[in-house]
Amino acid sequence: MDLRKLFLILVPYSWLLALFLIPFAIVLKIALSDYAIAIPPYVPTLDGIGNWSDFKTFLSELDFENFIFLTEDELYWRAYLSSAKIAFLSTLMTLLVGFPLAYAMARAASEWRPTLMMLAILPFWTSFLIRVYAWKSILSQEGYLNQVLLWVGVIDSPLMILNTNTAVYIGIVYTYLPFMVLPVYAALEKLDDTLLEAAEDLGCSRFQAFWLVTVPLSKPGIIAGCFLVFIPALGEFVIPSVLGGSDTLMIGKVLWEEFFSNRDWPVASAVAVILLLLLILPIVLFQRNEQKQREAEK
Amino acid sequence: MAFDSGSAAFAPWEDPGQKPLISFKSVTKRFGNFTAIDNLTLDIFEKEFFALLGPSGCGKTTLMRMLAGFEAPSEGTIMLDGQDIGPIPPNKRAVNMMFQSYALFPHLSVADNIAFGLKRSDMPKSEIAGRVEEMLSLVQLSQFASRRPHQISGGQRQRVALARSLAKAPKLLLLDEPLGALDKKLRQETQFELMDIQEKTGTTFVIVTHDQEEAMTVASRIAVVNHGKLVQVAPPDRIYEAPNSIYVADFIGDVNIIKGLAKPESDNRYAIQWCENHAPIIGTSQHAFASDDICHFAIRPEKVSITRDRPTDRTNTMQGKVLEIAYLGNISTYHVELPTGQVIKAQQANNRRISRRSFTWHDSVWLSFTDTAGVLLSQ
Ligand SMILES: Nc1ncnc2c1ncn2[C@@H]1O[C@H](COP(=O)(O)OP(=O)(O)OP(=O)(O)O)[C@@H](O)[C@H]1O
Ligand SMILES: [Mg+2]
Repeated sequence: MDLRKLFLILVPYSWLLALFLIPFAIVLKIALSDYAIAIPPYVPTLDGIGNWSDFKTFLSELDFENFIFLTEDELYWRAYLSSAKIAFLSTLMTLLVGFPLAYAMARAASEWRPTLMMLAILPFWTSFLIRVYAWKSILSQEGYLNQVLLWVGVIDSPLMILNTNTAVYIGIVYTYLPFMVLPVYAALEKLDDTLLEAAEDLGCSRFQAFWLVTVPLSKPGIIAGCFLVFIPALGEFVIPSVLGGSDTLMIGKVLWEEFFSNRDWPVASAVAVILLLLLILPIVLFQRNEQKQREAEK
Repeated sequence: MAFDSGSAAFAPWEDPGQKPLISFKSVTKRFGNFTAIDNLTLDIFEKEFFALLGPSGCGKTTLMRMLAGFEAPSEGTIMLDGQDIGPIPPNKRAVNMMFQSYALFPHLSVADNIAFGLKRSDMPKSEIAGRVEEMLSLVQLSQFASRRPHQISGGQRQRVALARSLAKAPKLLLLDEPLGALDKKLRQETQFELMDIQEKTGTTFVIVTHDQEEAMTVASRIAVVNHGKLVQVAPPDRIYEAPNSIYVADFIGDVNIIKGLAKPESDNRYAIQWCENHAPIIGTSQHAFASDDICHFAIRPEKVSITRDRPTDRTNTMQGKVLEIAYLGNISTYHVELPTGQVIKAQQANNRRISRRSFTWHDSVWLSFTDTAGVLLSQ
């Protein structure tokens, strides 16, 4: 391998090393440490290690206690499960909302498409936090949604939406919608209209043609969109803590509480490490999907 | 048809009692303010092999798409089997189309592409596999059944598209340049297959092609289209031997056009005054020309003989000098310059070896043709 190639590969890898592997190593080290009333709140630390035997004692003090603790307290595995359920269901809902949107965008007259595309990504231009807080004033009992529903006469008394899981679903679907719409749109836009004509010519109704041609051909986009929503939704922390209630159990929230309320950094780190390990599977699947798609396009 | 060996010639268009299968009635198609099909009236009969020939952009595909149901005429009606097909959606028409761009489903294998239409029909599941197999062997793609479209060559894709449109054995089959990407040998084989299928199934074919030879080989009638209008509709031999305009004569095959003034002699014989100090060309015409009408004498190069000495048994002779020789293997085309500066093409079969050929560049030669060899055209 010549030097140029080596250099080109070195750049992204050192980036990865600096921004992912080193922080991960630090978190892992904390997860293997013990809680202590100190600054930082764990022992042992790497401070003051001067020679090899110091380092050996340091290593001998690391253990898997925190990970074992995670399996003993049912709060944690229930939080992981409930996060997975919420992430899965909200991914499904995002797909149900996002697919028709992407479809309409792809079918729109070509002069409208850039505008529609901009509208889809417009929310990214303001702070995510502000948008989530805005939902509070929409969903609360005196909020706009309840006012409209009362005014229309659909309901007699205000609904309790804020501080429930429903609000969390709404928040996640709203926040991650562009991540679903964009890849699905990209797949649908490439779709050749003559394929639908060919399907109709061969005896398909419009709906059958959609089901047998449009859907399979947008599958790579659908899969990409689902992963792009599911992966961040699984570790989501802001949405459940702002919109969710006390009974909303999500691992991101647990993580936050361990770090900042309990100040138990080692347990919090262990929670984070497990979350990361759980995410590796969908991330690998996602990469495989992308790879397959690239090969098919060759 | 070029290979028609049947007893009575197949010519339903000459029989006024015959009902056409397809009938375009004053059909106009506009895209915005562009007129793609211009007030077109045309009858196509059952079991015909109807070829559409014309330059790029003349409206051939548009005509097909109206038959398949993807475009509605802006004006006029299209009848299929005596029924106005305007309101019938594409999936309810007994018509299948092979798309110019093939439109193969990229997510399905070759076999599944071919089976696609069959699965939507009422064919029992057990018979579908057999039919697909039959189609695959017809287009010689049996060993590629499980490949995806992007894993086969362009010509193979074209054959899959052809097989897919044939699979349902529709009443009317529309083929938009079905054989363009095939090599000559495979194309000829497929042409004969198509004619064979047509003979066996009695399917009516409408085929678009840019290849005149192909149209000549397969078609019962050829329609020459230009700017969304029909210029001439006739059997291949009539199109070739009796074109109705310079456009058709020039579009199909090679032709010499000599402009002159018509001088009626007797019956349908005319003397064509084409050059002041040269004897007029004697020709015949089915159409009447008045004295001194401007006319164009059109003659195919292969009807012009080329000899070293002046022939005595031909009505028309003219002397010239060989300007250029185009060697095409089986035949050669000689470009002969007349003293008037006009260049006439004459064709001769190369039945001798090239080294023993009698004429070469700058030779003085005689061109000759009979009085019935050419046609007189007014425009
Ligand atoms: N959807 C459309 N919108 C606007 N113009 C169109 C449309 N479809 C076809 N045309 C125009 O109509 C004319 C006829 O097109 P058509 O596709 O029928 O040509 P064609 O004879 O099949 O040509 P080719 O031999 O190149 O395939 C062309 O000038 C084309 O630009
Ligand atoms: Mg075309």
